[in-house]
Amino acid sequence: MTQISTQTIIEITYLIATALFILALKWMSNPARARHGVWAGELGMLLAICGTLLNSGIVDYKWIAIALVLGSIIGVPLGMVHMTAVPQRTALSHCFGALCVTLVGASEFYLRTPEVPRFTMGVLSMEVILGSLTFTGSLMAAGKLQELLPQRPITYKGQNFVNLSLLAVSIGVAVFLVIHPDRAAFFPVILGVPLVLGVMMIIPIGGADMPTVISLLNSYAGLSAAAMGFVLDSKLLIIAGALDGASGFILSVNMSKAMNRSFTNVIFGAFGQEQKHVAAGAEERTVRSASAEEAAQILGAASKVMIVPGYGMAVAQAQHKVRELYDALTKKGVDVRFGIHPVAGRMPGHMNVLLAEADIPYDKLMDLDEANPEFPQTDVALVIGANDVTNPAARTDAGSPIYGMPILDVDKAHTVMVVKRGMSPGFAGIDNPLYYLDRTLMLFGDAKAFVGAIVRELAGGGGHG
Amino acid sequence: MKFDLITDLYVFMLAAFIGFEVIRRISPLLHTPLMSLTNALDAIAVVGAILLTGRHESPLSVVLGTIAIVAATSNVVGGFLITDRMLKMFKTSRPQKP
Repeated sequence: MTQISTQTIIEITYLIATALFILALKWMSNPARARHGVWAGELGMLLAICGTLLNSGIVDYKWIAIALVLGSIIGVPLGMVHMTAVPQRTALSHCFGALCVTLVGASEFYLRTPEVPRFTMGVLSMEVILGSLTFTGSLMAAGKLQELLPQRPITYKGQNFVNLSLLAVSIGVAVFLVIHPDRAAFFPVILGVPLVLGVMMIIPIGGADMPTVISLLNSYAGLSAAAMGFVLDSKLLIIAGALDGASGFILSVNMSKAMNRSFTNVIFGAFGQEQKHVAAGAEERTVRSASAEEAAQILGAASKVMIVPGYGMAVAQAQHKVRELYDALTKKGVDVRFGIHPVAGRMPGHMNVLLAEADIPYDKLMDLDEANPEFPQTDVALVIGANDVTNPAARTDAGSPIYGMPILDVDKAHTVMVVKRGMSPGFAGIDNPLYYLDRTLMLFGDAKAFVGAIVRELAGGGGHG
Repeated sequence: MKFDLITDLYVFMLAAFIGFEVIRRISPLLHTPLMSLTNALDAIAVVGAILLTGRHESPLSVVLGTIAIVAATSNVVGGFLITDRMLKMFKTSRPQKP
């Protein structure tokens, strides 16, 4: 009798936790209430963990307690990383999530074999394949983002053949195990081969593809957790995994749309290799450059300015200087907005977080659809560390590798200013005609230093102090 | 057993639909915190790891389960922490300049 009621209590905590998880995501749609979402999630998590600890099947709490404490100790520094390190932290957390799922899946298999029902074996294989693939894949992505590994895509002949073969072997052995669940000797194959595949899959991925890949790994991590829910017959896990899977999927679709590329193209067609693109006329074309003083004069005289940040701003850690520029211009009565491309940076929403960290109000941050109609009425478009997402060739040059990609139409502003280290092309090695326009002024220098210089000019020149 | 499977599939399907509808409404502004939040929620897999470790069925399952709990718990703690830190930074412009 008490057995049953404890079980009921556990089920009720799971039910409430599920509702809280859905509310957590719902509240995220409103920036003003988003923090409530975090609290709902925390409460749900606490309830679910406490409920689980009541389970009568648990005979030993020692290791659980040690692991919970140890995990919390590791979790705190992972939660306190600097905002510029958020992309690699996110990749690392996908890696941890996948590790948990894979280890539980493997243990469940060895505890249940040789009597694993076919359906369970099927979802268990999915859990383990997706889990181990995501584990090494995310670890590689984190390594690239942390710059421990080379960021350039590494390609070799027959790469796609190798990757597809590895995938085929994993699925083939998984199917075999579903038919013969008692052949435990084959199980390590669906653990080991996807581990290798995870590494091979990320090798050809370059920095500009990271937003898509990180979202895709997010989706995989969610789906593997949902598969684990099927294995354990836990509705809570199925729902949490499905929500995470859906979220990662939506983000990956958004990202590949924003790059005008398909999933398969991202995974199988490493960017930046086939562009032998000889810019024949490039040397003859002239660029106009300007000093910080000139830039400050033009910006100070403008009534509407749109700042377009990119990964270069993150690398130069220029967001706080950008904030000073925003303050200086706003004080002069200039209307300053920010136009943010979905794939600017290394993960979805990367720029928004950096600008929010620098205390720039979020109602000044505009996404692609909001920003583009504004450019024709904009006096100055100031591009800081962004390149391909502003390349007008995406609209006009059908031969360009990025043709068709939605871009921020900075070239429609009256004046365009581009803060850039030098004339070297962007990540994809594509020449940017924007730089040769008559209305474009190049501001050569380090983003942080140059924006700082503009701020000083604005303070000194127009202060009337 | 068979009934559970079908019910689970229904649950998965409905949750996926809810996920799509709810998450579609989230503005690109908050996509980074969204990802860290779903990551923390996804770490609910810790529940499975706790049961595995607690059942104490074999030394291997205890070792693997313990590692799994550590990995998932660090995601729970780290994920919620960083999501909250990020969301705290998002402010609107109010005319309160000194």
